[in-house]
Amino acid sequence: MNSVVISNSIRFIVLLLAQVIICNNINFLGYINPYIYIIFIFLFPIRDNRLVLLLVSFLLGMLIDMFSDSGGVHAAASVCLAYARPVLLKASFGMLYEHQSIKFSNTDLGSLITYVSFGTLIHHFILFSLEIFNVSNILLIIKKTLFSSIFTVILCVLIIILFSRKKK
Amino acid sequence: MQQIFNFVIKNKTFLLFLLLFSIALTLTIQSHSYHRSKFINSANTLTGGVYGTVNSISKYFDLERKNDILLEENKRLRAQLFNSKNKLDSSYIDSTFSKGQYKVINAKVYKNSYSLTHNYLTINRGEKDSIKQDFGVITSKGIVGIIDQTSSGYATVLSILNKKSRINAMLKTTDHIGSLKWNSASPFYVQLEDVSKFAPVRVGDTIITGGQSAIFPKGIGIGVIESFETDIGGDTYTIEVKLFNDMTNIGSVYILENLDRNEVKTLESLSNE
Repeated sequence: MNSVVISNSIRFIVLLLAQVIICNNINFLGYINPYIYIIFIFLFPIRDNRLVLLLVSFLLGMLIDMFSDSGGVHAAASVCLAYARPVLLKASFGMLYEHQSIKFSNTDLGSLITYVSFGTLIHHFILFSLEIFNVSNILLIIKKTLFSSIFTVILCVLIIILFSRKKK
Repeated sequence: MQQIFNFVIKNKTFLLFLLLFSIALTLTIQSHSYHRSKFINSANTLTGGVYGTVNSISKYFDLERKNDILLEENKRLRAQLFNSKNKLDSSYIDSTFSKGQYKVINAKVYKNSYSLTHNYLTINRGEKDSIKQDFGVITSKGIVGIIDQTSSGYATVLSILNKKSRINAMLKTTDHIGSLKWNSASPFYVQLEDVSKFAPVRVGDTIITGGQSAIFPKGIGIGVIESFETDIGGDTYTIEVKLFNDMTNIGSVYILENLDRNEVKTLESLSNE
């Protein structure tokens, strides 16, 4: 057991509990909730096996589903985000990703925000499409995606900066 | 054979993604049918335990409000008791010979959601308190939902704020019935559909449960009529009902077990044949 595995396990549990106990009960303006547990998928070590990431994301989504009685919508959205992650990393960090040398603690803020925003949009769109499950409500899906995404992105970026930036 | 293995190894990430995604999709689709999958729900020891721990801390924060609700309910019940026309001794029922039709069990709400399109509550009673699927759940003010899944110590409740929910309801003044649904717009309003156009619908009238379903007894409050409109066909009303219950704020509930339920079900299935 090395420190990476331990720190990721702790992050998994803390984010899961924070999501189901705090964030699922915010209901800002009646229906807007942030889904901060996807920070785990964003910050998963890049060099590790993608299969592990897929499996762990699925497990995380499934547990969230279990707590919030939502069938399999979080699991589906998390797995999609985990699968799309390399593309997002490449698009937002470019050369750094090619050299496998991204450290989230010292990337510049712009790329980080791009990465988190696009990831969140993908995740939330799949999440709300599956939750509402009705094409005729596409406006409601887009509205929910947009507002929840803004909330999630702000919280995610703040949390990532707060907990992972080392002092210079 | 070699090529198949090569293909699998080459595309292992994509194949695993496809597998996991289809599992999740299956569970999602299953969750949209009336009775959901047995596995993914919050009526299990892990989720129930976590919610129980949180509840044991957070319950202290609104003790005062809960006291007020209890006082209110006590006041109403006392008024009913003192004003009842038949005196107590004349309505005395010997419990060894005649049992009431409904058994009431109290429960605490561990989790409540109202911002999704399919909302469920989790309560701290389960099979060991002889709770089963399709029992009714109410508060002192009005109805909450119907028991969905149960485990040994916990149960989930299909809230009336759920697109799958269909509850038999009627006008209090006359006996015109309709079916209570939710259009997922606001947690304070539900819709009563298919009410006959001959019903004397007035804004401000009370809507109560209809008692045709063997889940709820007749006459439990639901809400008052906020507005109504005629359907496109012109034969029925769709009524907007403002709920008595504040569904965003539910602390403790009562579960109703209809002791005659099996008898009613058997009879209905016999006459359907």
